[in-house]
Amino acid sequence: MSFWTRHQIFEKNSVILIAGILVVIAIGGLVEITPLFYLKSTIEVVDGVRPYTPLELAGRNIYVREGCYLCHSQMVRPLRDEVERYGHFSLAAESMYDHPFQWGSKRTGPDLARVGAKYSDEWHVTHLTNPRAIVPQSVMPGYPFLAQTEVDTAVVADNLKASRVVGVPYSDEQIRNAVTDLKAQADPDNVGTDAFAKRYPKAVIRNFDSKAGAPTEMDALVAYLQMLGTLVDFKLYNEKANLR
Amino acid sequence: MQQSQCTKWMTHGEAGLMLFFSMAAFVCAFAAAKALDAPFAFHASLAAVASGVASFAIMNRYLDRPASLPPEEINGKPNYNVGPIKCASFMAMFWGIAGFAVGLLIASQLAWPALNLDLPWTSFGRLRPLHTSAVIFAFGGNVLIATSFYVVQRTCRTRLVGDLAPWFVVLGYNFFILIAGTGYLLGVTQSKEYAEPEWYADLWLTIVWVVYLVVFVMTLVKRKEPHIFVANWFYLAFIVTIAVLHLGNNPALPVSVFGSKSYIAWGGVQDAMFQWWYGHNAVGFFLTAGFLAIMYYFIPKRAERPVYSYRLSIIHFWALIFLYIWAGPHHLHYTALPDWAQTLGMTFSIMLWMPSWGGMINGLMTLSGAWDKLRTDPVLRMLVVSVAFYGMSTFEGPMMSIKVVNSLSHYTDWTIGHVHSGALGWVGFVSFGALYCLIPWLWDRKGLYSLKLVNWHFWTASIGIVLYISAMWVSGILQGLMWRAYTSLGFLEYSFLETVEAMHPFYVIRAAGGALFLIGALIMAYNLWMTVRASEADVGTELALQAAE
Repeated sequence: MSFWTRHQIFEKNSVILIAGILVVIAIGGLVEITPLFYLKSTIEVVDGVRPYTPLELAGRNIYVREGCYLCHSQMVRPLRDEVERYGHFSLAAESMYDHPFQWGSKRTGPDLARVGAKYSDEWHVTHLTNPRAIVPQSVMPGYPFLAQTEVDTAVVADNLKASRVVGVPYSDEQIRNAVTDLKAQADPDNVGTDAFAKRYPKAVIRNFDSKAGAPTEMDALVAYLQMLGTLVDFKLYNEKANLR
Repeated sequence: MQQSQCTKWMTHGEAGLMLFFSMAAFVCAFAAAKALDAPFAFHASLAAVASGVASFAIMNRYLDRPASLPPEEINGKPNYNVGPIKCASFMAMFWGIAGFAVGLLIASQLAWPALNLDLPWTSFGRLRPLHTSAVIFAFGGNVLIATSFYVVQRTCRTRLVGDLAPWFVVLGYNFFILIAGTGYLLGVTQSKEYAEPEWYADLWLTIVWVVYLVVFVMTLVKRKEPHIFVANWFYLAFIVTIAVLHLGNNPALPVSVFGSKSYIAWGGVQDAMFQWWYGHNAVGFFLTAGFLAIMYYFIPKRAERPVYSYRLSIIHFWALIFLYIWAGPHHLHYTALPDWAQTLGMTFSIMLWMPSWGGMINGLMTLSGAWDKLRTDPVLRMLVVSVAFYGMSTFEGPMMSIKVVNSLSHYTDWTIGHVHSGALGWVGFVSFGALYCLIPWLWDRKGLYSLKLVNWHFWTASIGIVLYISAMWVSGILQGLMWRAYTSLGFLEYSFLETVEAMHPFYVIRAAGGALFLIGALIMAYNLWMTVRASEADVGTELALQAAE
């Protein structure tokens, strides 16, 4: 029986055809995806990467909501010009708590993986409100409404809880104090700042939008942008141990 | 449920669906009342209203219909089910124009940022998913559903399975589009490209898709032909694989069942791999396998020639679906994804060139002995040019997946240009060609209202595509080269901003190309509308004449 006659079993039986399709399309995905979950070399061993603070997470959710990832990548490739332009190339470890990842696929604007601490809060607030006020050639949309919208605190703790279920190591204490932590980070005079700093070591506490009152979406987004790429201290990072 | 005539009963499907939708209306109304955020309240209300309308429509349809369901055969000929196909074709044209128009708007926003209006729901970041989903899933998806339901009936010589099920697929799918699209405008997104809809839209799509698979497969099962026609293999691979990809990429935990926000189960590098395994195969199975099925039915039919090589179609079918699945990591070259995965992705992407061109050759060579028809039939010309574009972008794709090429092209407009040569040239043209064939067939018209207008559409759209992709090639390569340019002293030559400025003229040209493509689609919509309408008028005058006599 020739190959072509044998093939008729697929042409004459829809269930066998479906089975054949399923087997053939399963192989590539299984080979490429499953090892990423058990190969230890997939994610580097580094110090400093921590879950987002409640304010940063709220900011990240705004970043997702507004589709920032469609024009800004968060992935510095190990190429000479990128490392010089943006900083150390991105590690897998730096986005291990990112659900979903925000590596992006297009740079209509610059990469943001290491934008944290490069500009002042005021720069970000002005730029987000009206990009062309600071960068006349920019094609970015303005987001003036962020400064006028308060962060919805009703679901902050639930956001942390859901993140924990999918694998972000938030402690019970962090979840319990989510709302107070969110307010404390955006207000240096808040009584809760010390407790917040203990729960999230090295997190920045500032009034990001320099407006009094409850944290706005602008506070949250700027807090997120200002921490991007700052968690790993590359002076202490052991490049050789993580070569793969 | 018994009516006055004792022979007329509701089918299990009618009764079950009515019950389902009545309950769904209450559940959704309850969810709307308990909603934690405004978009969720809006979507739950929409779902409640839609469920109520569906329930009412099923009852109404039952009351109006004769006691027995439409017969399987009339006078020994299969009684094909065309209603849902007509509806999906109409929706395809509607969403196509909407999607192209939003594309033109966001292309213009990149050239003139003031068009963002600084409002949440009109900014580029929210409109871009609306554009991609509207053209891929709304326009492309409706074309695929319409043609697959048509082709599977014709090639199996049997009526589509189910009475309400095909309607459920078409209307349910379009409701998914409505939820997804309005969601983007309201900021509801899980930010996974081409899989942005949130958890509740994903769940609804899963239900619709399973029914789609069941309808399609059960129709195959009761076919009157011994062999399953090659187009149906591709449709089947498309439906089955999209289901697998959708389930793999979207498992998410809602923050609350009364809120729109969810967190995806995968994180960081694994999420990236899942996303582009999905993303690239949305191209491979939604935009390629499904539309190859269209090619395998409509080109032979229109050219009145058999498929060129039966054996080539077997080889290229299995090779294509096997190799495509591996290609995802080429979207993640030089990222934090491990090198071994990148290398696998690149290797298989290059190999993918072969089965892709196998399909192209099979499509083009079907014209053997009928090439002269390209001069006289603009619809066939559209179909054939689409296959040429397919060949072009399936050469460009493997080339761009080579790591050194990708280091230049990635993150630039070259990717956008590549995608659009495939999307406008291949998917767009093959869909237009199929619709130009399908509309007269569905409405029992002798032919199209005007072949001259098809010709106008062809040339307007072709010039639009050329403007679009050449502008993006130049801007992409230019930007990639500027990013890596060094001065003689070893400093980076250009700031990022200088590269943004350099893009402006190309963004204007791109928008002009998009405008031409949109104008072409408007010409098409007019032509199809007149095809359906004009003959009705003819029929009308005939009747009037008869009455006068």
